[in-house]
Amino acid sequence: MVPTAYYLVLSAMLFSLGIAGFLIKRNVISVFISIELMLNAVNLTFVAFAHMWGQISGQIFVFFVMVVAAAEAAVGLAIIIAIFRTRRSLNVDDIDLMKS
Amino acid sequence: MTLDPTTLVWFIPLLPFAGFLINGTLGRKLPRPLVSAIALLFTALPAAIVAWLWNAMRGTDSLLFTAGVPWISITGFQVDFVFAVDHLTLIMLAVVTGVGFLIHIYSVGYMAHEEGYWRFFAYLNLFMFFMSVLVLAENFLLLFVGWEGVGLASYLLIGFYFKKTSAANAGKKAFIVNRIGDFGFLLAMFLLIVHFGSLSFVSVFATVAQHPEWHGAHFLTVIALLLVVGAAGKSAQIPLYVWLPDAMEGPTPVSALIHAATMVTAGVYMIARAHVLFDASPTACAVVACLGAATAIFAASIGMVQHDIKRVLAYSTISQLGYMFLACGVGAYAAGIFHLLTHAFFKALLFLAAGSVIHALGGEQDMRNMGGLRTRTPITFWTMSAGIFAITGVPLFAGFFSKDEILYRTFTAPGPLPKLLWLVGLVTAGMTSFYMFRLWFKTFFGEPHFDEKAELHEHGAAVHLHSGTHAVMVADHDDNARGHAVHESPWIMLLPLVLLAILSFIGGWVGVPAALGGHNEIESFLAPVFANPAAPEAPSTGSHGLELALAAVSVLVAFYGFYVAYLWYYKKPGTAAVLAERAEPAYAILSHKYWVDEIYANFIVTPLLMFTRGFLELIFERGVVNGSGKASGTAVRGLAWLERTQISGNIRSYAGWLALGAAAVIAIMIFGRAVWMHP
Repeated sequence: MVPTAYYLVLSAMLFSLGIAGFLIKRNVISVFISIELMLNAVNLTFVAFAHMWGQISGQIFVFFVMVVAAAEAAVGLAIIIAIFRTRRSLNVDDIDLMKS
Repeated sequence: MTLDPTTLVWFIPLLPFAGFLINGTLGRKLPRPLVSAIALLFTALPAAIVAWLWNAMRGTDSLLFTAGVPWISITGFQVDFVFAVDHLTLIMLAVVTGVGFLIHIYSVGYMAHEEGYWRFFAYLNLFMFFMSVLVLAENFLLLFVGWEGVGLASYLLIGFYFKKTSAANAGKKAFIVNRIGDFGFLLAMFLLIVHFGSLSFVSVFATVAQHPEWHGAHFLTVIALLLVVGAAGKSAQIPLYVWLPDAMEGPTPVSALIHAATMVTAGVYMIARAHVLFDASPTACAVVACLGAATAIFAASIGMVQHDIKRVLAYSTISQLGYMFLACGVGAYAAGIFHLLTHAFFKALLFLAAGSVIHALGGEQDMRNMGGLRTRTPITFWTMSAGIFAITGVPLFAGFFSKDEILYRTFTAPGPLPKLLWLVGLVTAGMTSFYMFRLWFKTFFGEPHFDEKAELHEHGAAVHLHSGTHAVMVADHDDNARGHAVHESPWIMLLPLVLLAILSFIGGWVGVPAALGGHNEIESFLAPVFANPAAPEAPSTGSHGLELALAAVSVLVAFYGFYVAYLWYYKKPGTAAVLAERAEPAYAILSHKYWVDEIYANFIVTPLLMFTRGFLELIFERGVVNGSGKASGTAVRGLAWLERTQISGNIRSYAGWLALGAAAVIAIMIFGRAVWMHP
């Protein structure tokens, strides 16, 4: 049986990769994928702890996260398409309308 | 609803408060007759309730009942919102609601042409509310609520003509001087809490009564003296009397109600109410007696040379309050309350009659511009005469019985000091007679010194302008007084005058002493309140013969005062002026009121202002307060600048900061916790 700590370390690595990708990548699609990576890293922790304690609630949380992530993906991709249509660009550095 | 006294008693203060709320919020839009109807209704009903209470309570031996709800309750200390009614409260309630109602009627006529009519009646009702709370209160704290409330109403009404600087200043002066007295009252309450753990009259007085060994104890003397400080502020005694003469800036009905009949007697009431504490402290009693006697003669001497008719009455009020303090100081609380009662009648009458005179002359208050009004305003003349006879102690009039009772009780009090105080009181009686008859002769007799057709001279606080077309609050519109004919006041002003004149005549008959064949009902009525179980009444050293002799002496002295006034102001007018010139220094001292106002201004007010302007404003306000404000503003601006450089619109930089912050929070949660929990 694989110890829980292994799962947690893997999850932390995935999460860090997600953060790094979010910070480094310029393409919106890549940024978006990084966010999904972070979400799934957290999902992995949930499942690992649920398995460790023998409780179902952690797995149920994962389902909710997946559902929300799917909805978020749909909305996010729609936004990306809308941005691309107006700006002809997928570079996040070009999208700085919120600058004060 | 059955007529239950414990329920009904709540309505005595609450009804005027309802009147205040209605007139205070809606009065501006209501027509004047409705405003006065509301104000009169909500003061007439409490008067009716008091009459009913009086009737229902008659014959019952234990008059005292209480009604209340819990108020402040903390560990080891409790104060309840409790009203109590006993004999003393009943008398005070009768004065407050009865005289108050009469003065409300009078005000309808007197204020008819004033701006801010609704405001005036709203304030008057507010005053009635707080005064009822004051006399109904069963503990020191609730009494203090009423005490402060009447101070507020007094401030608002003195400054009623707030566009006049002198009126606004007089209001402030009254409030600030009263605050000095309240300071003493507050300290007394703190000491009561420390020593008794309670502020309830019943429990504090019962505790004192249970400990005869406390007689003359130091802490009781301190508490009683601090209460005297409070009473001296409210009842205008030396050294805190200076606000009362200035309070005459208010409309005349206010002077009658608040600054003569009711509020200023609150100090006397409070001392009488707390008489158990004073009984246990001979030192405090002696201080009260000396203070009263000194104030009586001091104020009377100033009153002798005043020219403003209302100021004469103001100093007379201070002087009469001194008598009441004197009575309380020698333990004759019933006599003090008796004088309070009769004084409420005749002083309210005198003020209202003076208001009628002022009204007749279109705002003139200077007695040098009066004279010969006897035939012009006959009803005012006769009613005011009744008031003057009452205050000077003409036999059978109200003041005769109450003043002689005080003088007699002072004379028969043990020790040499009361004999001296009696002499002071006697001299004061002569002075009272002199200045009141001086007012009488100067106002109603002799040649008229006013010019009827020409423009009437505006003087001092003369603000009441009577004019058919248009009346204004500020006294600088002489046009309105032009062509004003001297006239008697309308019946709505004369009716209260007549009623009060009757009361000033028969009001003293409730206290006819045994020496004159009476029973002194008021003393036996108040006996349950002033009974002192700790120290049984010492057998009186006086006799009927002595009492009659003393009464005869004081009548003679009063007659002498009358005779001097008659000689100087009626027989040979101008004598007084010649004498004043001959005795210039003495006259100057009196006419400048012993320079007390100037002394206070130079030695207290000016240094205080220098301190506030020099230190508080320049160094503290501008340096510390403004400086710290500016410094914090600059600091925030700098931080904001720092932050603004980071608002780039670059999403990735935001995300970086977010990640950094999250990492910091996690680090603190993991490592910081260990540091905080186990330093």
